[in-house]
Amino acid sequence: MQFRPILSAMRRNKVGAILIAVQMAITLAILCNALFIIQQRIALSERPTGVDEANVVVLDNQWVGNPPDQAARQEGDLAALRSLPGVQDAFATNTVPLTDSGSTEGISLHPDQKSASARAALYFGDEHAIATLGVKLIAGRNFNADEITEKVGYTDLKTPSAIIITKGLADKLFPGANAVGQSIYDDFSKGQVPIVGVIDRLQVPWVSAGGWGSSFNDNSFIVPFHIVIPYPILYVIHAQPGQAAAVIQAAPKKLFELSRARVIGKTRPMTALRTEIYKNDKGLVVILGTVCVALLAVTAFGIVGLTSYWVAQRRRQIGIRRALGATRNAIIQYFQTENLLIAGAGAAIGVALAVSLNLWMVSAFSMERLNTGYTLIGAVVVMLLGQAAVLWPALKAASIPPALATRAA
Amino acid sequence: MFRYYFRLGIRSLRRNMVLTGLMIAAIAVGIGACMTALTVFRAMSGDPIPQKSSQIYTPQIDNWAPERPPGDTPDHLNTLLSYIDVTELMKEHGAKNQAAMFATLLSVRPEDPRQKPFKANVRTTTTGFFPMFDVPFKYGRPWTAADDESRSAVVVLTREMNDRLFGGQNSVGKIVRLDSEPYTVTGVLDDWQVMPRFYDMQVQPFGRSDEIFMPFTRAIDKQMKVLGSIQCNGDGTTAFEGLLRSECIWLQFWVELPTAADAAKYRAFLNNYAAEQQRLGRFHWPPHTNLRNVIDWLRYRHIVPNEVRILILVSFGFLLVCLMNAMGLMLAKIMGRAGDIGVRRALGASRAAIFAQCLIETGVVGLAGGVSGLALTALGLLAARSLLTKNFVALAHLDWTDTAIAVLLALGATLLAGLYPTWRAAHVQPAWQLKAQ
Repeated sequence: MQFRPILSAMRRNKVGAILIAVQMAITLAILCNALFIIQQRIALSERPTGVDEANVVVLDNQWVGNPPDQAARQEGDLAALRSLPGVQDAFATNTVPLTDSGSTEGISLHPDQKSASARAALYFGDEHAIATLGVKLIAGRNFNADEITEKVGYTDLKTPSAIIITKGLADKLFPGANAVGQSIYDDFSKGQVPIVGVIDRLQVPWVSAGGWGSSFNDNSFIVPFHIVIPYPILYVIHAQPGQAAAVIQAAPKKLFELSRARVIGKTRPMTALRTEIYKNDKGLVVILGTVCVALLAVTAFGIVGLTSYWVAQRRRQIGIRRALGATRNAIIQYFQTENLLIAGAGAAIGVALAVSLNLWMVSAFSMERLNTGYTLIGAVVVMLLGQAAVLWPALKAASIPPALATRAA
Repeated sequence: MFRYYFRLGIRSLRRNMVLTGLMIAAIAVGIGACMTALTVFRAMSGDPIPQKSSQIYTPQIDNWAPERPPGDTPDHLNTLLSYIDVTELMKEHGAKNQAAMFATLLSVRPEDPRQKPFKANVRTTTTGFFPMFDVPFKYGRPWTAADDESRSAVVVLTREMNDRLFGGQNSVGKIVRLDSEPYTVTGVLDDWQVMPRFYDMQVQPFGRSDEIFMPFTRAIDKQMKVLGSIQCNGDGTTAFEGLLRSECIWLQFWVELPTAADAAKYRAFLNNYAAEQQRLGRFHWPPHTNLRNVIDWLRYRHIVPNEVRILILVSFGFLLVCLMNAMGLMLAKIMGRAGDIGVRRALGASRAAIFAQCLIETGVVGLAGGVSGLALTALGLLAARSLLTKNFVALAHLDWTDTAIAVLLALGATLLAGLYPTWRAAHVQPAWQLKAQ
């Protein structure tokens, strides 16, 4: 295939060629950045929490008024919930993963440290917490019943008697060493707390991309407190496999039987929390995906349109080439090579554009750096698209009869 | 002449329906995508209180530096205030109106025993809240400064809450039970909604809003739960009284300063206050304060999420591609008619006449693209609303401004894209074209 005639023909049709090349470049830049965001958001929304989500049900309970016997009432509620058919275990806490609300604390290794060694999310729980959440204890032991104390209000910062931390937090605090048996100091109470157990994974409650919590996603700990406050407390229930729906029906009914002086928020499985909290991420994936498809379609139609016009414009010349002995394939190849040259130029500009667009987004939206693999995939996709789009006009060109050359003149 | 060119334009567009259709479709899709993103953006970045947004300010005081935990603001200032600072600022009465506040959640027990108790979002604040934010009253009035002083059990209900509890009747003087305690209604609001809820953007700034208002002092007395974050920096406490004495930040504070001079005065006051605290030994760093009005505050707090900005960016890139596409097609179309144009030029039409005719033809395409684009925008918004949560597409609907923007954008962009093809058309050499025939 000779490039010279193609290039000299293109030189006479600069604007059209430039239009297609720039279009492909922008398409490529948007395409790889969009694909990158899509891949990131999907990965984000599929991160495991460590909790047995399918079988865990949560509800929030708030007493009307400020009953003095709250601790006893809460114990009664939990005992009743545990005795429900289909329920394996239950406990009360401040928050669970996938709720976007909770507390963090700075954790230090020495009592007089200036800045904390790690930041971690705080979950309240008792000896039932690990079994109820379905998280895996990988070292040490669970809380003992005598380690559980009452915590009156969120700002009651008494030092816990023990603590269970996630593997993520353990690796951060004691890299390469066994965390069980070590002690930490929490930022508020400044008290010394022994680590009694390590769990495999318990995600922090916050999930937004690049938002609060994203830098310490795996750092959580459980403190052995019963929270006794006149405000909504989460009851977490572990249902037997397949019993979640029944438990969702039965749990609020049972609680209202015990006392009507309460407000119960939605009773839902953790899977519902997941759907809800990642709704925007999933929505963004769908929207960006649609835009990508539309973008490719528009670019393809643009190539079809312009190339068809070029074919129409060059009918006579094509006829002459055919009359002089060019085969149909040679004509098809001509248009395909022409498109490949344009697309190649477009892809080169596009890769540069994609990388600079990403760099700008990194600084403006604190996004991650684009993986170069995506730009290459994008370049190949755009060039294949060009070849596919040019095929139909090229076939039309190839069907121009050689006789045209003689007739038109 | 215009009408004649218009008819010519329509005729020429009808001659090649496929090409025309492609052009219009390209512009429509581009405009649709762009306008969907732009409408969402406009709705989210709107001014929640246009008549006063430049006169209402929130002060910030750094009571943590320099060994502070990593924050989320670029200037390392807290976005909330401590109880210590709020009480000191309130004592000063340095503004026309001032309001300290925090949100809480209380259970409401309706009079009707058949109704279950429910939870209500309660804003605890001072009486300055109502005149400062121009809150309209349907019945009664705000509680008085004396009520704030004496920590009275009084409430103001929103219209919706009044409808729910009292069937929309004038409930002034009636009793509402919140967490089992009786509160006297002093007033009922008329319809009032600020979007976003700029004065406290912690929990769903575009979502469900405050339903009941009560004196801040009362809520402090009753040690009500803080619905929002309490951020502490190393001085742990053991109970609510401790929170009040701590450097923990958890309160919002807003002031009304009608003139620039008032604002400057308040700024100086804030700095003096921080300097005074430094002298007293509470702060061991030089004064670090700021005073931001509503608009600056919304920008500072990134009220428009990054996702929406990304969509704006992507959709404008998409529009660009669509326009270049349309430009290529227009070029093809107009150059395909070089022969006709040559004949018209030879028969005496001026370049300007050819230019005008082609431009009108382009305008028709742009207009058709804009109108179809509007329809696509409506569809796009519908889709966005079902795919995203309220914090992303709150209140986004096409208003007249959006419609005008869409049509003008389509027309302007298409004409711009059509400029080069039109220019080429006007420079067709009649002799060359006629010879070629």
